[in-house]
Amino acid sequence: MLILHCPYCGVDADETDLHAGGQAHLKREGPGSSDEAFEDYLFMRENPKGVHFERWRHVYGCGKWFHAARCTSTLEVFGTYPAQTLEPPQDIKDKISGTRPGWSWGIFK
Amino acid sequence: MSNAVSALNGKVAPGEVTIREAGLRGMITLRGDLSDSKLKSVCTGLSGVDLPMPGHANCVGEKGLCWMSPDEMLVLVPYAEVDAALELIAKNLKKKHHLAENVSDARALIFVEGEYSRDMIAKLAPVDLHPDVFQPGSFRRTHLGQVAAAFWMRDVDTFEVICFRSVADYAFNLLETSAKAGAVGHFNAR
Repeated sequence: MLILHCPYCGVDADETDLHAGGQAHLKREGPGSSDEAFEDYLFMRENPKGVHFERWRHVYGCGKWFHAARCTSTLEVFGTYPAQTLEPPQDIKDKISGTRPGWSWGIFK
Repeated sequence: MSNAVSALNGKVAPGEVTIREAGLRGMITLRGDLSDSKLKSVCTGLSGVDLPMPGHANCVGEKGLCWMSPDEMLVLVPYAEVDAALELIAKNLKKKHHLAENVSDARALIFVEGEYSRDMIAKLAPVDLHPDVFQPGSFRRTHLGQVAAAFWMRDVDTFEVICFRSVADYAFNLLETSAKAGAVGHFNAR
């Protein structure tokens, strides 16, 4: 069972309190972008065995979206952070580097 | 005027832990900037209590404030005072971006009373209810069984639970079944 800390309420929410929202840090491609970029935005997703960044919604709680960094193979949670950001905060990146040296995910490492 | 009736009309399931539908209660969902001084003062003026910290509720009698999310407060008032309260909010927050809605008839309020009320809730919600963690004043939005609910502790032996009116029957039966099954005893060293 996954337990994530909601950065808005400050509570540790059980997986059943949450709604998964897929991959985090997608850059939207809209009118004017190339077909390839639009296709990537719509369909192409990271599917790592290891470090992953996801969107979650605290649906039975405050209703806010937040981001979570976790490992898909061990279910270790590195941390959660508010969604109003373009990249993971440095302290979470540092924490991942502590146990997963040399990790990379999309454009982040 | 029509005769307002609460979801379960005051149904009671007596026992070691008593489940009691509270009857009508005025509830106002107030969304806006919770750090705004005008919003704060209208909240405290209506409820007579201080603004609660995140994850907390301040309730005295039928009045109170519950922290629902970073931009949402639940204002509890007696059922008959809701219209006056809404007028007061509209007047005081006229120039502020906000939303105030009467949700009294969309909700049900259920009391869980008794020494083992903590066990009854703990069996149904994915929440750490250890006495050191969840205390009178703590407030949590979560789910009970299959339905969304929120609860807080009025005192050390009493929980107040709110849920949607449409699922009041389910929530009541769930709590009643939990109470009939008896205490787990996990929190006895209270």
